[in-house]
Amino acid sequence: MNVLNFMQHFFSDGSHWHGYDGIPQRVWEHVQYTAGALAIAAAIGLPIGLVTGHTGRGGNTLAFVSSGARALPTFGLLVLMFVWLGLGIVPVMIPLVVLAIPPILITTYEAIRTVDPSPVDAARGMGMSEPKILFQVEVPAALPLILSGLRSAAIQIVSTATIAAYVALGGVGRYILDGLYQRNYEKVAGGAALTAILALFVLVLFWAVGRVAVSPGVRRRGAA
Amino acid sequence: MIAIEEVSKRYADGTVAVDRLSLQIPNHSITVLVGPSGCGKTTTLRMINRMVEPSSGTIRVNGEDILRRPVNALRRSMGYVIQNAGLFQHRTILDNIATVPRLLGWSKQRARARAAELMERVGLDPGMARRYPYQLSGGQQQRVGVARALASDPPILLMDEPFSAVDPVVRRGLQEELLRIQSELGKAIVFVTHDMDEAITIGDRIAVMRTGGKLAQFAAPDEILSSPADPFVEEFLGADRGIRGLSFLSTRELELDRSQVFPVDSDWKRIAGRDEASSSVLVTDAGGKPLGWADLATWSGDVEALEPYGQSFEVGRDSLRVALDRAVLAPNGQAVAVDGAGQVLGVAGQETIAAAIRLARQRRAADAPQDASKLKAAP
Repeated sequence: MNVLNFMQHFFSDGSHWHGYDGIPQRVWEHVQYTAGALAIAAAIGLPIGLVTGHTGRGGNTLAFVSSGARALPTFGLLVLMFVWLGLGIVPVMIPLVVLAIPPILITTYEAIRTVDPSPVDAARGMGMSEPKILFQVEVPAALPLILSGLRSAAIQIVSTATIAAYVALGGVGRYILDGLYQRNYEKVAGGAALTAILALFVLVLFWAVGRVAVSPGVRRRGAA
Repeated sequence: MIAIEEVSKRYADGTVAVDRLSLQIPNHSITVLVGPSGCGKTTTLRMINRMVEPSSGTIRVNGEDILRRPVNALRRSMGYVIQNAGLFQHRTILDNIATVPRLLGWSKQRARARAAELMERVGLDPGMARRYPYQLSGGQQQRVGVARALASDPPILLMDEPFSAVDPVVRRGLQEELLRIQSELGKAIVFVTHDMDEAITIGDRIAVMRTGGKLAQFAAPDEILSSPADPFVEEFLGADRGIRGLSFLSTRELELDRSQVFPVDSDWKRIAGRDEASSSVLVTDAGGKPLGWADLATWSGDVEALEPYGQSFEVGRDSLRVALDRAVLAPNGQAVAVDGAGQVLGVAGQETIAAAIRLARQRRAADAPQDASKLKAAP
């Protein structure tokens, strides 16, 4: 038996498609964890990245903090949070958010900092206020890079959110963990496949967002 | 009127970018700041819209100290054009031009209508309105930059090396366009360049600055060319300032020779029989337009066999510099003078032009002190 056969058995078993341990429920949980962690990480990482990128100050501190955060082992952090806070959604969210902030923060900072300075100079010279310069000149130009930061953060969260199962929560990690305990490798393979599918879905989603949100003048393709 | 009074800019590390500069920049004219890199010309420009704050001194616009006005309101009252245009890549051409009207709170519709009007004024095809900056050439982008700066009809236009990044042919087109727009709008334009030729072409007055942020000379272009204030200005003008100065002398009083000009249907036997004429004559068509030079001793009467006359100059519109240039390039040293309709008025040899130059020089020397206005002829 190979992995593909495992997967086929897992997905063709009708009992896997309903109930509290069914695929729709677990996927929905996974999507909720991912969206929640990404939203919190973006709420922290985007503003700091935008402001530091615009002013050009604090870049070194950012790099230092981010590489520190990247060095933290996510699983270790989960265990620590579990010991401190017990079961629940919070000890899962904290490691996921810590994981997702560095790519968002650093990419946003770099994206804004490396925007062509001459439109910014022109905007300032025409009497645009600093917030308007940031949101009407710098962000539209930096948007493809900012989105790529969010995208890599989202993909890391999707694959890492499987650890929620360790602290008795749901998500597609449930199948991987339970399958390992039960020596049910169909389940393990199915959970892994679902994680990969979700990651692909994230890619498609960000591609679509990019098509809609990024100006054709910045994308430099398909403009009228 | 922009009055720059004893303005200095010193940076924290002790560098002096501008040193006690005083300049009066009049309305309805183009004032060019020119000088080598590091002379503080861009810093001076950027102090006028407070992109750089002066360390000391004051700048007044129509009598009011610019520090008294809110900085963004001040900047919106002045058009600002920079090198490489600095267009917003994510906005269409139309929306780029509509930027300042939008900042001033105009409705989108009104701002866009105004932008469309300006595209026409700067010579842009209306079909470009919905394009994005990357789809335009450098020269077109710079036209958009100028249109954007003019969008709210500000009385002052600040231009920081706007045409430096385009090739010479496009640059000449943009310079002519700017002069044309200026003749229609009459703004107070402050124009920074490092190119003395550009300064002479477009400036009504030129402020030559030297390294260390000091003013070397502030005068009309012909005055700078004919009497540079010091060796620095003279060197900055380059080796051919004498020739370039001819750009400001008119061909109107040039003594043209008509005795060598004949229409193609003349009685050539009789002309060849003359004894006083030189053997070379200019043949024109029946309408008086030049065809070419004929050597009477050898010419068969065949129009195809005429010696080409090169280019002509237009009396009154072209300068003595152009006339001299045509004479130098002509095979027999004779420049062909035409009127506005292209009909031959006569020919002028290099000696005739040299005499006209001497005459104009003497006349200028006689009334130089009071005559600051300049005769602007195309170079």
